[in-house]
Amino acid sequence: MEEILEKYEATKTEDVKVWFKAASIHDFPSDGGACIKYKDKQIAVFNFARLGKWYACQNLCPHKMEMVLSRGMIGDDKGIPKVACPLHKKTFSLENGENLNGDLDAIATYPVKIEGDYVYVGFAE
Amino acid sequence: MKHIIVVGNGMVGYKFCEKFVEKSEAKGFKITVFGEEPRPAYDRVHLSEFFENQNAKALEMAPAEWYADNNIDLITNERVADINRTSKTIKTAKDREFAYDYLVLATGSSPFVPPIKGVEKEGVFVYRTIEDLEGMLAYAAKVKAEKPNGRAAVLGGGLLGLEAGKAVMDMGLEPHIVEFAPKLMPRQLDSRSSQVLQLKLESIGLNIHLSKATNQILGDTAITGMEFGEDDVLDVDMLVVSAGIRPRDELGKACGLEVGVRGGIVVDNTMKTSDENIYAIGEIALYNQMIYGLVAPGYDMAAIAVEQIIGNTETVMPADIDMSTKLKLIGVDVASFGEPFMPASKGHSIIFENKTQHLYKRINVSLDGKSLLGGILVGDASDYNMLHQVYLNGMAIPEDPSQLILPASDGATSFGDVTDLPDEAQVCSCESVTKGQICGVIENGEATDLAGVVGCTKAGTGCGGCKPMVADLTNATLKALGIEVKDSVCEHFDLNRQDLYKIIQVKGYTTFNEVLDNHGNGGHGCELCKPLIASLMATIHADTANEEYAIQDSNDRFLANIQRNGTYSVVPRVPGGEITPDKLIALGEIAKKYDLYTKVTGGVRIDLFGATLKQLPLIWKELISHGFESGHAYGKSLRTVKTCVGSTWCRYGMDESVSFGIELENRYRGIRAPHKIKGGVSGCIRECAEARGKDFGLIAVEGGWNLYVGGNGGANPRHAELFAEQIDNETVIKYLDRYLMFYMRTAKPLQRTAAWQERLEGGLEYLKEVIIEDKLGIAEDLEKEMETLVNRFECEWTQAVNDPEMMKRFNHFVNSEEEDDNLVFVPMRDQKMPEPWV
Repeated sequence: MEEILEKYEATKTEDVKVWFKAASIHDFPSDGGACIKYKDKQIAVFNFARLGKWYACQNLCPHKMEMVLSRGMIGDDKGIPKVACPLHKKTFSLENGENLNGDLDAIATYPVKIEGDYVYVGFAE
Repeated sequence: MKHIIVVGNGMVGYKFCEKFVEKSEAKGFKITVFGEEPRPAYDRVHLSEFFENQNAKALEMAPAEWYADNNIDLITNERVADINRTSKTIKTAKDREFAYDYLVLATGSSPFVPPIKGVEKEGVFVYRTIEDLEGMLAYAAKVKAEKPNGRAAVLGGGLLGLEAGKAVMDMGLEPHIVEFAPKLMPRQLDSRSSQVLQLKLESIGLNIHLSKATNQILGDTAITGMEFGEDDVLDVDMLVVSAGIRPRDELGKACGLEVGVRGGIVVDNTMKTSDENIYAIGEIALYNQMIYGLVAPGYDMAAIAVEQIIGNTETVMPADIDMSTKLKLIGVDVASFGEPFMPASKGHSIIFENKTQHLYKRINVSLDGKSLLGGILVGDASDYNMLHQVYLNGMAIPEDPSQLILPASDGATSFGDVTDLPDEAQVCSCESVTKGQICGVIENGEATDLAGVVGCTKAGTGCGGCKPMVADLTNATLKALGIEVKDSVCEHFDLNRQDLYKIIQVKGYTTFNEVLDNHGNGGHGCELCKPLIASLMATIHADTANEEYAIQDSNDRFLANIQRNGTYSVVPRVPGGEITPDKLIALGEIAKKYDLYTKVTGGVRIDLFGATLKQLPLIWKELISHGFESGHAYGKSLRTVKTCVGSTWCRYGMDESVSFGIELENRYRGIRAPHKIKGGVSGCIRECAEARGKDFGLIAVEGGWNLYVGGNGGANPRHAELFAEQIDNETVIKYLDRYLMFYMRTAKPLQRTAAWQERLEGGLEYLKEVIIEDKLGIAEDLEKEMETLVNRFECEWTQAVNDPEMMKRFNHFVNSEEEDDNLVFVPMRDQKMPEPWV
């Protein structure tokens, strides 16, 4: 189980080596998310339309190790943009991956950029 | 600067540190704490919770950083081995030496393991530390791998033993409790209450063996059984010994401190031992010739030791220590307070016993009938806090004391209100917080809500038993100060569900953002307000869950119930449970084709599990082609109307329960409500449809239907209440339309009809006035609104599979046709199930 977690490491914009062209911006609901596949990774991408921002993080919820975060509702916790896991409503900051309502390990977040009508997610490898 | 060494980092040792650093005098002292366990102090009282979440951190009293932040040196994993009283130094097992000015012994206790032959065998455990639990878990997993029906016994039917029983049951082993005494919890319960508890525990699967003296543990290297008498053997694969505790007084004994005959270091009411520089607190301290194995007295001892060391020598331990306890054992309330067993010469006992419901209540009243001396509660301890307060504060009791424990009849108010308590009443005994302190922090503005009160006073942070009382006190005090008690839905709105309902209805909003922008607090919504507003929109505009799918709750978003591994289950509607053989075959074939785990649900429908997102619309297309529609098993909406076969076939039937059940299920299908709704229709009073356990239930009687409302299974089972008698089909529908609509308008988010009805001011009588007599003049509106919902019903799965735009939702990836590669299924009784969580 731990191996699967190790696949996901938080990536900063300055570490990006590959900007992966993931999908059209129209594939993502407004103020919601969907999942993309990059190599053997599953990445949740969120279109936070109310903030005019896009976020990406691992699709894996570290609580029970299921690939579900992209299906969670998004919103904010006292101003911090967050996603709530659809299984047990564990919430994670979309900015830094921190678990906002518990002591779970932070999830990995990835940078996102929009060019034209396309969503690009940044990876270090 | 003076140096205090605390030996032992358990709950009481930690409490000493916490109380000490709060004092202004603490600056003149340096504290060093030694703990032999690898982690900082944790909440042992809630140890069995570790099984549920395996999260040791959640049990921590304070994180390791707390000690550093408060200038305390915490040294874990290092046992203190020796005390030299002359040089005032201690030596650790790692041979390091430290000097002290004051020494506080808080070494607690260790489990007592009776000298039974074979007790050293593999598979025999004690139940005290997280490491013990981890060892048990690992061993249980091994047992289960070899023997799916493995058994575990617990030696000792006391409080801790029963907790351990729950633990082994949670591990999936068949639990057995073996007790030497002729009854369970011999120290807290009398024989009758013990029998009631036993019946209850047996009903949930615990096997109980009383009056058993264990001669030896059987097995070669690992345990295989326990032998009691010659031919009396119990085969078990694991054993947890929980036969009491022994104070860990070896350090004190070795350095010549005075100890009791049966162990424990003797202390006086200042917590000093026979050496004036050494204190002993918690389960190691022998005070009044007693060891107190509860948290609350341990915390009090810690507080006294703190006061004594900083020089407040007047503060001493009271002579009488309250040993009242309330706990939930395997989901069963058990409480005893004051003097639970009382000789007849001292007073009278009033006993209420109902074995069918596993209830027992006993109170002991003084001979003059004026004061409460103690009591025992099993099965329902909701009266404990109040009774305990009445006892502690010597409050007057009713002339007929049986009112204190008898179930309140309709309309009668139950005795006692939190606001009647005197200010000095101790509400939280773990943290010694009085009613006055709780009200005080609200009155002086330090706290403005429950979280604030808990933060300021720490009330409710120990065993948690007083939480409901703290909440009631907080609300009552806020109300008395004229501060509105907010029941707003979340941080994004200062409005409750009912306010939002009216606003959306009046303004006609159709999107979440409109509501949030016009009435929110400037935030962006969350998982609480989004599904709530989605549900309100559906009710008000007769929409399905396909509108604005990103704000729908997890299940509504994909019109299916998300399961443990992120796959979904599929439940088509089978109104009233009536299904043709052809449709049943169709269900079977579809389940087979997609390899779905198949089970009949509690609501007598067929549930097909293990569908991936991509399979969902494919499965539904096939179901729809066979005449099925969505069963809304995923929604906060009508689930089923369960029926018995009624007069159509049954020789006792008084009316056609199936026909009426189908009509009602089809009438209310698809409407969104604050929570799920279930119905039942029985053809006669034998009640085979269990209608009184539903939100609405009908029973056919001579001359029509009896209508019951507000029933519930779930965590708090409740029988539905009789609402109207001998009414015809038309009147049933009229009343139900009004009732359900009124519920949908006024309930709180996620509040079932039972809870709503219970908290409705004016109760059932008021509800009858509104629904039957139309006291508020809204009956016509309610009926009209329901009529619109009924007429505009549309199957949301049919909508979805016919709309290519909606279909896009049902894919695991947006950039790949592949399925989730993380899914693993394992075989299970000829079907499949998701791989268990670790």
